[in-house]
Amino acid sequence: MNERERSVRGEAVRMEGIVKRFPGVTANAGIDLSLNYGEVHGLLGENGAGKTVLMSVLYGLYRPSEGQIYLEGNPVSIDSPAVAIRAGIGMVHQHFMLVPRLTVADNMVVGWETSRGPFLDRKRIRKRIKELSEQYGLEVDPDSAVEELSVGEQQRVEILKALYRGAEVLILDEPTATLPEQEVEAFFTTIRAMRDEGKAMVFITHKLREALTICDRVTVLRKGEKVGTVPTTDATEAQLAEMMVGREVVFEVQRDRVASEGRPLLQVEGLSAVDDRNVPAVEGVDLTVHDHEILGVAGVQGNGQTELVEAICGLRSAVQGHVMLNGEAVTGSSPRKMAEAGLVHIPEDRHRRGLVLNFSVAENAILGRQYEAPFAIGHVGQSKRAIAGYARELVERFSVVVPGVRTPARALSGGNQQRVILARELDRKPKVIVAAQPTRGLDVAGIEFVWEQLLAMRREGAGILLVSMDLDELMTLADRLVVMYQGKLVGEHRPGETDKQQIGLLMLGGAVETS
Amino acid sequence: MRLLRELGIIGLSVSLGLGVGAIITAATGHSVPAVFRELALGAFSDVYRFANTLMRATPILFTSLSFLIAFRAGLFNIGAEGQLFIGGFFAAWAGFTFSLPPVLHLVVCLLFGAAVGGLWGFIPGWLRARRGANEFVTTMMLSYVAILLTQWFVSPGGPFHGGRMAARTVRIESTAELPRLLAGTQLSWGLLIAFIVALLVWYFLFRTPRGYELRAVGQRETAAEYGGVNVARTQILAMVLAGVLAGLGGAAEILGIHRGFTVGFSPGYGWDGIAGGLIARAHPIGAVFAALLMGALRAGGAGVDRAGVAPRDLVEVLQGLVILFVVAPELFRLVGRWRLRRRAHGRAQS
Ligand SMILES: Nc1ncnc2c1ncn2[C@@H]1O[C@H](COP(=O)(O)OP(=O)(O)OP(=O)(O)O)[C@@H](O)[C@H]1O
Ligand SMILES: [Mg+2]
Repeated sequence: MNERERSVRGEAVRMEGIVKRFPGVTANAGIDLSLNYGEVHGLLGENGAGKTVLMSVLYGLYRPSEGQIYLEGNPVSIDSPAVAIRAGIGMVHQHFMLVPRLTVADNMVVGWETSRGPFLDRKRIRKRIKELSEQYGLEVDPDSAVEELSVGEQQRVEILKALYRGAEVLILDEPTATLPEQEVEAFFTTIRAMRDEGKAMVFITHKLREALTICDRVTVLRKGEKVGTVPTTDATEAQLAEMMVGREVVFEVQRDRVASEGRPLLQVEGLSAVDDRNVPAVEGVDLTVHDHEILGVAGVQGNGQTELVEAICGLRSAVQGHVMLNGEAVTGSSPRKMAEAGLVHIPEDRHRRGLVLNFSVAENAILGRQYEAPFAIGHVGQSKRAIAGYARELVERFSVVVPGVRTPARALSGGNQQRVILARELDRKPKVIVAAQPTRGLDVAGIEFVWEQLLAMRREGAGILLVSMDLDELMTLADRLVVMYQGKLVGEHRPGETDKQQIGLLMLGGAVETS
Repeated sequence: MRLLRELGIIGLSVSLGLGVGAIITAATGHSVPAVFRELALGAFSDVYRFANTLMRATPILFTSLSFLIAFRAGLFNIGAEGQLFIGGFFAAWAGFTFSLPPVLHLVVCLLFGAAVGGLWGFIPGWLRARRGANEFVTTMMLSYVAILLTQWFVSPGGPFHGGRMAARTVRIESTAELPRLLAGTQLSWGLLIAFIVALLVWYFLFRTPRGYELRAVGQRETAAEYGGVNVARTQILAMVLAGVLAGLGGAAEILGIHRGFTVGFSPGYGWDGIAGGLIARAHPIGAVFAALLMGALRAGGAGVDRAGVAPRDLVEVLQGLVILFVVAPELFRLVGRWRLRRRAHGRAQS
């Protein structure tokens, strides 16, 4: 489709005066948004600005308290995702919604085709998937089970699923948050292919550089209000950042070089572990984290980092090897023992591990400390007041945006959920921190804050194992850097002495250079 | 706010169930006004009938609590009926075997019922936590074991047969009897015990660290594990408590009403507990109201039966309809949750 045809199709979606209220918060306070065919429309804003809610309204997950949605100029009321899908709207969520055990092909049709008749024409389904993947460069094997796919592949499946269901309007909620930098370019190629086909896309991100690269226009939200829509041709990162937070942002992290005393705090020797399917995922990993030190582990998700972290923290049994904390053997200790020995863990998956979504923010604030005074009164009581008071303190100190501590964690925006976890864990004054993707989903201010916190902990003597796929984060924070690839650690580098390219290559399994 | 909405939904569901029931009553050629009059009269018309409602609500409250405490831990206790039987039997056994001073004897009997019920919950809890055996199946199977075992115990020829023809034990010592609450009725102190236990369950779930851990396990096992909760131990604890609650219910029923174990003592109170727990949205205080509703249905049904305005079968259809309508929304959620769990479970095992 060429430029002219695209504009002929014109406006795909117009949202007018969308208001969405929840008890205690107005998530959207009268937002207008216009989305054209053949356009990638960025949606920016701090954590809790209302991006996900606005898109959930468009996708029929929430009904707006006020306002009207128009599809190709016609007023519509989108009561459910089923209605949205039928109207050609698809959404790829911040957290994937695939069924892990089913194959790619089955995931396409589950709950959709199955509701249209008793028989599946698998051949036809497979053919259609092939066509779509070729057309948009979304390479996946229709017959492999989703659980065997990498995160990048799963994302392709999510997009394919939406396309398969006939999406002309596609909502992508923080799609690059789980993608390693090296895969972002390929992802953008797909987006461009879809744009050239005339699809309308909303792209939510916290990375301004990405927004400027891929989007045609961006709309900025702040505290539920729309600040404005600007074409990216004449926008700069600084300008967008200022629109988002309402003031100029200076992003600079102070790195002091307090020397380590060389006292090992966390030692891992020959550690091996298997994943949930019993396939070896970690193979003979050795590492040591000293006092006053941040050891970075770079790697594309799915190379055994999850299993490594869980095996260290007592959430997964080690097949082989030892873990020592402060000189004491703690291999196989329970998470509670580990915590008591001074290790805290910031988990990569906040919905699976970090939070009990249906518990209140207050209840989540003491997860892991539920048996400690003053929250527990012996075995027989719990002080609601102490718990609420503590939660309020954490919320305040870590600027979590939340109507109250009795709000369920489910109702928090993604970034604010992450802040609750960070607040809780960092407040335990740990000796060792195992942090997996600690800034995923955070806005710029949030990232800055967490980085400062981690550096402050380091200054006070903590040893930090930082697992991340964000190279900028690792380059900024780590004293030493290793790369994890297919269950093994390869190479050791000092951020100052290696360049990003080289690490990036190692993450993808490039030749190990001896340095 | 939420409570009011839930109550509204329940009221609506009850009316819907009764409405459909009315249509069926008319269609089968019975008088709708007469049946409904007797239904209401049977449950509420005077002190004695209301006492009957309360009496039937008592064991249902115990079994509802039993179901919901397991449910809060993400487990399904389908075996409350058997736990009720086995608890009831051993309470009676302690009642006619020991001779102890009055209050002490009663307490010992109640504890016996609770403990054996707890054992009946421990087994499926342990199998689930340590061996991954589906507690849905194991509680059900153990339930039949308990019912058949106690039946054999007290049938003519069985080791504890104590009646003439009837399948029952001998009468318990008077020191073991749970006194009547209201003279001339069968309502016993069991009701007050049930209320107190409901409060205790509420306190345990929402005001103790263990209760917090139990709920966390039910909500998200992986997050609970991360939070330092011993998941397996918590699951076992939940099932033990579920068994204790149902066993205590059986004990209270036997010591307070029948004063000797008899096989016909439960018209399905264990099953009513599943409905009760679901109607209560797994909340212990809600369970008090759910049990009253179910008790009223049972008492009213008996009234219709007695008045002879409709056959017993129709009464049971009416009861079933009301329960079905009240439980339906929760039932859908439950089936969804169960399927999800099976899927996750299958994944972990492959
Ligand atoms: N179901 C809900 N109930 C109550 N409040 C909600 C609910 N969903 C969202 N909110 C609130 O609405 C506001 C906007 O949330 P939203 O998820 O849209 O933020 P966001 O812009 O996507 O942020 P993030 O970048 O952190 O994902 C937040 O304050 C959040 O707490
Ligand atoms: Mg969001």
